[in-house]
Amino acid sequence: MKNTLRNIFHSGKFVAGFVIFVILLVTIIVYPLINPGSPLEQIGVGTFAKPGTYVSLYDAAKTSPDRERETLRLSDADDKRLAKALSDSDRVLMVEWLGLKGVDLEGIDYQDTEALLELWHENYDSTFKPKGMTSAAQKKYKRLNDALLDLQTGDNLTVMSEGETLSTIKKTDYVNVGTVTNVKLLPLGTDNFGRDVLKELVGATKTSLGVGIVAGIVATLLGLSMGLLSGYVGGIVDDFIMFITNLFTVIPGFILLILISYSISQEYRGPATVAAVIGFTSWPWTARSVRSQVISLRNRDHVNLSKLSGHSMLRIVVTDILPYIASYVVMAFILQVSSGILSEAQLSLLGLGPKTTTTPTLGLMMNWAMMYSAHTNGSWWAYFPVILTITLISFSLNLMNTGLDQVFNPTLRD
Amino acid sequence: MANENMEKKSSGKVMLEVRNLKTKYVTRFGESVYAVDGVSFKIEEGKSLGIAGESGCGKSTLALSLMGYYFPPLHYMSGDIIIDGKNISGMDPDTVRKTILGTEIAYIPQAAMNALNPTQKIIRFIEDVVHAHDPKMDKKVIREMAEKRFAELGLPSKVLDQHAVELSGGMKQRTVIAVSTILNPKVLIADEPSSALDVTSQKMVIKMMRELMDKGHIKAMVFITHELPLLYNVTDDIMVMYAGQIVERGTAKEMVFDPTHPYSHGLMGSILVPEEGTRGHKLTAIPGTPPNLKHPPAGCRFADRCKYAKPECKFYTVPEKEFGENRMYRCLLGLDELKEVYSHE
Amino acid sequence: MNEDRIVASKDFTNAPLCLSGRHVTKVFGFGDKKTIAVNDVSFDFHEGEFVSIVGESGSGKTTLSKILLGLLNHTEGEILFQGQPRDISTGKKRNAYWKGIQAIFQDPFSSYNSFHKIDAVLLDCINMRGGKNLPMEKKIEMMTEACSFVNLKFAELTNKYPFELSGGQMQRLMIARIFLLKPKILLADEPTSMVDACSRATILDMLLQLRDEIGMTIIFITHDIGLAYYISDTVYIMEHGKFVEYGKADEVILNPKAAYTKRLISDVPKIHEEWDLSTVDLANG
Repeated sequence: MKNTLRNIFHSGKFVAGFVIFVILLVTIIVYPLINPGSPLEQIGVGTFAKPGTYVSLYDAAKTSPDRERETLRLSDADDKRLAKALSDSDRVLMVEWLGLKGVDLEGIDYQDTEALLELWHENYDSTFKPKGMTSAAQKKYKRLNDALLDLQTGDNLTVMSEGETLSTIKKTDYVNVGTVTNVKLLPLGTDNFGRDVLKELVGATKTSLGVGIVAGIVATLLGLSMGLLSGYVGGIVDDFIMFITNLFTVIPGFILLILISYSISQEYRGPATVAAVIGFTSWPWTARSVRSQVISLRNRDHVNLSKLSGHSMLRIVVTDILPYIASYVVMAFILQVSSGILSEAQLSLLGLGPKTTTTPTLGLMMNWAMMYSAHTNGSWWAYFPVILTITLISFSLNLMNTGLDQVFNPTLRD
Repeated sequence: MANENMEKKSSGKVMLEVRNLKTKYVTRFGESVYAVDGVSFKIEEGKSLGIAGESGCGKSTLALSLMGYYFPPLHYMSGDIIIDGKNISGMDPDTVRKTILGTEIAYIPQAAMNALNPTQKIIRFIEDVVHAHDPKMDKKVIREMAEKRFAELGLPSKVLDQHAVELSGGMKQRTVIAVSTILNPKVLIADEPSSALDVTSQKMVIKMMRELMDKGHIKAMVFITHELPLLYNVTDDIMVMYAGQIVERGTAKEMVFDPTHPYSHGLMGSILVPEEGTRGHKLTAIPGTPPNLKHPPAGCRFADRCKYAKPECKFYTVPEKEFGENRMYRCLLGLDELKEVYSHE
Repeated sequence: MNEDRIVASKDFTNAPLCLSGRHVTKVFGFGDKKTIAVNDVSFDFHEGEFVSIVGESGSGKTTLSKILLGLLNHTEGEILFQGQPRDISTGKKRNAYWKGIQAIFQDPFSSYNSFHKIDAVLLDCINMRGGKNLPMEKKIEMMTEACSFVNLKFAELTNKYPFELSGGQMQRLMIARIFLLKPKILLADEPTSMVDACSRATILDMLLQLRDEIGMTIIFITHDIGLAYYISDTVYIMEHGKFVEYGKADEVILNPKAAYTKRLISDVPKIHEEWDLSTVDLANG
């Protein structure tokens, strides 16, 4: 046993997978302690806030008194503000105007804010209306010009409270973020319902792992007992179990999963039910391999000797056969967990996962992201971290499995 | 008998000489197992040498080491392997594979017959072997060559167009031997070539190897087996190996009927053959197990199991002692002392 | 070795019957895939007899041994145990039969459950033979006796796992197991083919001792005709599922009648007689 463990932890692949998995586990356990609360709490009012640090404007303006302000004279502050304020579509609009005005467009750099603005102010003329330009378009250019002027002029902002001027904020006024009372870090932004994606993701990973492990346990236990029974007893029992196993193998597992999930109404479809359903549809694979191993073990001399010693069938199976396939069963279990998590994700993506109000799962997060078109409006943070997490879990589990395989089957060692 | 037949052919030219060869295995945990620890011997042209010993004594490792082709976990440490005047030890493995294997030396492992790829015809293996050394040779020429050789060795030529699965175990093994000696290697190393076969097929394999020697296709042979009666009938000389070292060397007849070293004495006493006298024969047993070659004992390696060991046997390194006509043994006790103790049994 | 071992084999024809077979046949598969592994064999093994069944691979000797052990059901024929038809139809009856017959198998490395310690193997034998309620000291005494019978020291084996022993030691421990179980019949299926020549003598000696001291009938299954000749009283030569020849060991080996036996004996390399390679027809086989 000690030697086996030593061998296992000598395998680079297993250790790599194990480390990734442990990091994920630690995150799941530790993160909710640091950031408590329901993972489905809706903190945002809008949808899909971008990842980043959010500072309360009110606090920044009001609760930082003059003594906490610093005056920083940064020469590039104006340029930065302008560059950031000028969106790509605005820039296109400006160049369009310049084109209409007959300016030579050759050599104009869209990203060079300063040069572009200079050209604009040289050429803008609110009365200019070439043939074919609608007045709406003319007004559009006018609005753009006003906005640009506004950006470049206007030195101070006045903070008013009920008609009374509280303070004036200069362009050169800076506040240390640390002094602002309300700062919210949203590393992965918010999702369509305005929920913190990171918090949701950690909660979802926890549920999904749970689903995977329960599915893995159900599938492994079912597969193991079926395989043992069919392999050791043989005869009619074997034929019958193999018939059922073949049935399950012939019908595509995922379709079976969809049909069963569909037939369970949503109120009853909690994570545990989904896990059980997944486990129930994925055992034949384990059963088949356990059976073939048991058949070869059954003819080993130590089993024959155990029979000759008069041991009962149950005892022979438990003490003379199970220990030999234990390593294999552990590997099968790891794979079942991995495929259980994937199956949950697939099911939930199709809207057949656990009911949507209480717990997030990785599949549900994908489902929400898809329903609210996160992929088309560029809100990558709503689905990409989920995909990455699923990949990491599968990757680590499969690495562990390959590592174990190499330890237990020395022929595979390189 | 075999031994007399061979006598005529020997020209006294040394075909294979091994000098103080040492090789080791390195386990996954970095421990060294000194499986061949200072082996020296010579084989003259037309002669065959048998190596006997129990499992784990290093005889199979010696066979592997003799090829000069080392790959992990087997590592070369020191010593020389000289084939017909050419020292191949310390050569780079790729050169050995391209220029030595198949033409200078051929190796047949125990499970050789399982090495045939079942999807290919036998002729393809021969083409592969030949092309490895002469990539330009025409396939027709190879075929003629193979047919001629197969006919000489009594193998039906239809085998060339068959797949390995269509052949019986004995036929497969004979085919493997024929394929691996197609380029007339000077030395053939056979590691238990017939142990997995039944007695009739075994006899065929042996007869074929004998023909290869008689017709001069191979010049010398190293034959490894744990079956002493077989070794006695196949080879001219026999070496007994124990714990990585040679403990005794002599002609087959001398070794079987007049062993000197206590270990070979024990081995020869355990021979069982279906002929008169076997039932009354007293079977000797050697209790205990061979030493762990990770940490070979300091003195005589056999001392722990030896009935005749003296206290000093465990401390003195025993040298190889030459005696008689090209015989050698490795024991602290003198020849007369040994003769004396054996006569009391 | 037993110095006074009789060179000529003993005659057992008048000894009480221990295990007999009448027209035992075993067929595997159906229809086109049918193979007859054991083809209508009859035999009488007597009490205290050392019988060898000699055959090459594929002769059906292993199938026959499984049938004799009751691990495999034969298709036709009858097996008699101590003169009575053998009944192993229920678990209870099978266990009763297995009190009378035990086995040692070829491969010592696969004969042990590598997850169990050695003491457990021996302790199990005592427990299975009604010694469950004996005090521990008595059990240890019995195990020590069994181990010393096979020249092993029980004290050195406690808390060890089988794979820490050598093949020869493992096989001897199997004999210690038999010593504790004391069955009427011991079926030894090539017990020495995977151990070294040096340990072979010890194991054979112990088998003879079991026969001589406990009066066990020993059925020795082997492919090595020299070994069969050395050790057994009676030899059965098996080819393609049939006994082609049987009789007293020295008669069969020194004066074989069947062509197959003759070929088998002539093909084995010998040391005093010439091993005639000229009889080999290379073109066949």
